[in-house]
Amino acid sequence: MTEWAVEIDDLLKKFGDFVAVDHVSLKVGKGEIFGFLGPNGAGKSTTIRVLCGLLTPTSGRASVGGVDVARDPETIRRNIGYMSQKFSLYDDLTVEENIHFFSGIYGVPKNLRAERRDYVLKMAGIEEQRNTMTRLLPGGWKQRLALGCAILHDPPILFLDEPTSGVDPIARRGFWDLIYQLSEAGRTVFVSTHYMEEAEYCHRVALMYRGRVIALGSPRELKEKLSVSSMEDVFIAMIEAADKEAA
Amino acid sequence: MNLRRTGAVTRKEMRHILRDPRSLTMALAVPVLMLLLFGLALSLDVDHIPTLIYDADRTATSRALIEQFRGSSYFQILGYPDNYKAIENAIDRNQILLGVVIPPDYSRRIESGKEADVQLLIDGSDSNTASIALGYAQGVVQLYSLDLRSQGQNRKGGLAARKSPPVDSLLRVWYNSRLESKNYVVPGLIAVILMIIGSVLTSLTIAREWEMGTMEQLLSTPLRPTELVLGKMAAYFVVGIVDLSISIGCGVLVFQVPLRGSFLLLVFTSCLFLFGTLFWGIYLSAGSKTQLEAYQMAMLSSFLPAFMLSGFVYAIESMPPVIQAVSYLVPARYFVVILKGIFLKGVGLDVLWLETLFLAGYAAVIFVLATRRLKQKIT
Repeated sequence: MTEWAVEIDDLLKKFGDFVAVDHVSLKVGKGEIFGFLGPNGAGKSTTIRVLCGLLTPTSGRASVGGVDVARDPETIRRNIGYMSQKFSLYDDLTVEENIHFFSGIYGVPKNLRAERRDYVLKMAGIEEQRNTMTRLLPGGWKQRLALGCAILHDPPILFLDEPTSGVDPIARRGFWDLIYQLSEAGRTVFVSTHYMEEAEYCHRVALMYRGRVIALGSPRELKEKLSVSSMEDVFIAMIEAADKEAA
Repeated sequence: MNLRRTGAVTRKEMRHILRDPRSLTMALAVPVLMLLLFGLALSLDVDHIPTLIYDADRTATSRALIEQFRGSSYFQILGYPDNYKAIENAIDRNQILLGVVIPPDYSRRIESGKEADVQLLIDGSDSNTASIALGYAQGVVQLYSLDLRSQGQNRKGGLAARKSPPVDSLLRVWYNSRLESKNYVVPGLIAVILMIIGSVLTSLTIAREWEMGTMEQLLSTPLRPTELVLGKMAAYFVVGIVDLSISIGCGVLVFQVPLRGSFLLLVFTSCLFLFGTLFWGIYLSAGSKTQLEAYQMAMLSSFLPAFMLSGFVYAIESMPPVIQAVSYLVPARYFVVILKGIFLKGVGLDVLWLETLFLAGYAAVIFVLATRRLKQKIT
């Protein structure tokens, strides 16, 4: 076993002629909150989907928890929690039925189910809504339920793909509190976002632009290196530099 | 394969079915509606044919012929006009189907032993009914004239030796002795109902996961395509069994269709057929990303062939050879043979084994294809 939760080495993913992920390399340590930043279409989602075993890399290597994604996606799926951009819940099932279904397909043992369900309901703060139809939940609550459903099997590594998009700022703040809780319990959280203020909450970030990683480090390191005060400024400066280099 | 994961999918899918008024209505209303519509309305029996008779002869002989028509339940005499025009008119106005014209010299010709023709005018715009009605009318006229002529000959010859008519055929119809169309429409209908329910309902299920974005979530879990396919299939299988019970119950109790063969064999072969149609729906669903596309494909590929090419109402033997060849690919064709065999003939596996084997093979092949297609779609 390695000390890295995620290792990406020279990863290339093409769709036809379009290069979505352009020779990306990076490593994420265990227990880290790793932020994946960049505008829409930068290749963040594609990278995450490769890491979850949903897409096969064109070339290069990626491993999650020491397991190669191209070789053994099944093992990876047992060890990760994934939350996609759309909160993939069943609208016509109640909160508890959704939880029940996902613990079924994650193979949570029968004797642990009640415990995991109560943990998730409590963590997401939706204990009183357990019998509510999911369709009727406000956006922020749906998002917490989706996160809850992704961690029912207690995975060591979590991939959250823009989990806070379309949610109001207060709910977003609350959601980050949850991410911290999960990280403190020893889980690795790999989270993508295009909200720059959220970058400040991460232990380390990678800035992705046009399929390539153009900056990598802790928010403080990046800000000091460029002597600017916010991640937003880091982002702008790095993108301008990248555009200049391309031109 | 993991049963816990498969079971979780089945439970979830049952909830979807029970909570979606659209699919629930379809699951329950389709069999009932189809049975009522086709069982009652699709009567291919021809009787009480509305008839007008113009008797230009007006003799005892012609009146006796009219009596023959009156005595038959196949005809309903609406009147006796005294001209030709009235019959033409009535056919044009759809008031009658048949006009009988007895010519002025009818009795004279018969008495002198010559050919005596009766004119039959028939509305041919519904060719099927017309040819059946024509057959009945011809039968009445011929039988009567034959009867008369041989009576005449007997009188002349003074011999009782030649009985009339010279050759008599005794018809015995087996399996559906009164030739009631409901007796073969209702069993055949079970194939059509199961085909529609099986493929249309399931065709929506995977397409819906793609449309809602939940497929992506499912794919990131340890759930395998085979488990997803079987889990969904199991839920819709329950629906199919409910519909099968409605159809058999309705057929036997309401329509009084005889169930002469083994009930167990009926259930067993129905399950095989149902597996095939369910997997077909899933196959279609796996290939399309929208519910609409899947639904249209399912309607086109299940309802039409099951209805037209299964031999359910339209005899396959009278179709052009190309169409006949195509019908061999329609699983409903084999199932209709089985259904009629069990219901009407009371035969068992010793006769129906080949059809049964085909249904089992079809289900297995489509299952493999559906799972493979889903796997391809994913990667």
